[in-house]
Amino acid sequence: MAEAALIAAEVPSAQTRMARPSRLGDQAFEWLTLAMAFTVVVLIILTGWQLWSGSTLAIKKFGFHFLTASTWDPVAEQFGALPFIYGTLVSSLLALLIAVPLGIATAAYLTELAPLWIRQPLISLIEMLAAIPSVILGLWGIFVMIPWLRNYPVPWLKRLLGWTPFFSGAMYGPSMLAGGIIIAIMILPIITSVSREILRSVPDLQREAAYALGATRWEATRIAVLSYAKKGLFGAVILGLGRALGETMAVTMVIGNTPQIALSLFKPGYTLASVLANEFTEATTDMYLQALFAIGLVLFGITILVNLLAQLLLRTIATQSVTRAVQ
Amino acid sequence: MRQFGGMTKLQLPKILGLVVALGLSASASAQMMINGAGATFPYPIYSKWFDEYAKVDPSVRFNYQSIGSGGGQKQILAETVDFGASDGPMSDENLAKAPGKLLHIPTVAGAVVMTYNLPGNAALKFDGETIADIYLGKITKWNDPKIAALNPGTKFPDSDILVVHRADGSGTTFIFTDYLSKISPEWKQKVGNNTSVSWPTGVGGKGNEGVSGQVKQTPGAIGYVELIYALQNKMSFAEIKNAAGQVVKPTLESVTAALGTAEIPDDFRFSMTNAPGNDSYPIAGATWLLVYQQQKDPTKGKKLVEFLKWALTKGEGMARDLNYAPLPDSVQQRVLKRIEDIKS
Repeated sequence: MAEAALIAAEVPSAQTRMARPSRLGDQAFEWLTLAMAFTVVVLIILTGWQLWSGSTLAIKKFGFHFLTASTWDPVAEQFGALPFIYGTLVSSLLALLIAVPLGIATAAYLTELAPLWIRQPLISLIEMLAAIPSVILGLWGIFVMIPWLRNYPVPWLKRLLGWTPFFSGAMYGPSMLAGGIIIAIMILPIITSVSREILRSVPDLQREAAYALGATRWEATRIAVLSYAKKGLFGAVILGLGRALGETMAVTMVIGNTPQIALSLFKPGYTLASVLANEFTEATTDMYLQALFAIGLVLFGITILVNLLAQLLLRTIATQSVTRAVQ
Repeated sequence: MRQFGGMTKLQLPKILGLVVALGLSASASAQMMINGAGATFPYPIYSKWFDEYAKVDPSVRFNYQSIGSGGGQKQILAETVDFGASDGPMSDENLAKAPGKLLHIPTVAGAVVMTYNLPGNAALKFDGETIADIYLGKITKWNDPKIAALNPGTKFPDSDILVVHRADGSGTTFIFTDYLSKISPEWKQKVGNNTSVSWPTGVGGKGNEGVSGQVKQTPGAIGYVELIYALQNKMSFAEIKNAAGQVVKPTLESVTAALGTAEIPDDFRFSMTNAPGNDSYPIAGATWLLVYQQQKDPTKGKKLVEFLKWALTKGEGMARDLNYAPLPDSVQQRVLKRIEDIKS
């Protein structure tokens, strides 16, 4: 900048006029991008504010109790969000439990092991999975997945793990298990794609160094690639979790929509996003609508909280690996 | 996509207003746009009416957003639409918020039927108490003596009843819980009546298709769906014992019969469940248009009145083809008289 000004001062005025627009362009570009970035922040703040102002009555009436009560009774206007919070967290965690190993293993296979002729078709297939509309997935869940679950894996799970509280009782169909699996299918593409990009960005030097030290393929993948990419893979998981928390349509169709807290995954549950989707259109009284806004606020809060926690965790992982490296 | 419809509802008035303002300024002289919003249940018949009415009076056009009864009531209260539509009558509390006198105009009626999945799918009969007990979780087995007593000759398995209900807020649930509240004091006290309630038992399906899907997939399941949906999908459903003690099959005729015997007050905010009369099907309900008695825009008000008169006469004739129960003559005459009261 200073140099440009110096040169501009020396050359005739005609060229000064030419130099000025370029600086203006830079300035404009900076302002434009700043404005764009700022819009995101404003949007988030506005969303939070809107949810807050839409639920003030409910917050005033129920207070902190809203988070701990488990009745949801639109007739008596008693509202508590606990079963929905529980359902959201459990179904998302279940989904992560299924999708993370699957996604990362797929990504590792695609980047490290797969022969070229398999790679591209497989990648396209996984990306196609992301393009399936959630309603279709939900219908598939009702008509194909649930009957299959009920007939094959569930009796087997019951025999094997029926003694734990997580697999006790009868499974009629729509259940937390079905909801978790549907979410897992939905977040699988994003976890796989992001993980694949991250594993691909691991420098080949890493692998070569491992092989040079006599590592087997598995050791090289584990130590030189997966461990190296730990931070990035964690980011992929968090992206998946973000989607899982807000997933609505398909989950609503298979989770059973019953606001209860049951340890057994065979029992129906309910998520925050589902109750919003289900009840928003026909909520006629003020308090009812306010309570639904409060549900939105809780979901918003949980999403932010999860992201903050993830940041914190990421930082601990980062410092841990730094200290280990120093040691 | 319904969930997005709900979320953007608050912005909708603004957007709608803008669109209408633009549309009006562009073609104010050519066509008049009358806007409505609300219930999803009558959407097919309303669309048909708007289509047909365009041939009768090409100078008006209708724009109807089926965003749900809750949205319909909110928007007519906020005066962002020219008429609202609701599957349930408005509560006193909501009506008190109206800036002017709001009229309820009943248009057509529908019914709620009990559908089930039993081996052999025998034709079953139920009464209100039994349905209430099943949905309260008090009757849990198919071979319960109460069910057997209503269906002599049918052999029931010793299997669990899986109760399925609507998970989304809906007029169907409103009618169903209204009926159970009238039949069973315990239901009224424990659960009550609304578009969505705190269910004592069972699983929730989203929409008619969600409920029927779960019933079809699960042996031993019972659920309730709209009569229209059951008819269109050729599902089997139960006959119900009515207030007069007669076992009645849900048909358009038995719903219209219930409308004829139901007690209908002058403001047309009525419930027609458990209606007296031998031929009345007991689990039924009407749907309403919500219109201000004093119209703000005189020309638009006049056009709206003309349309309402047409809908309540010619329009009623089209109801049966779309599986809606039309109003009986007696009610039709009373409603037409009320439409005369709309001033502009």
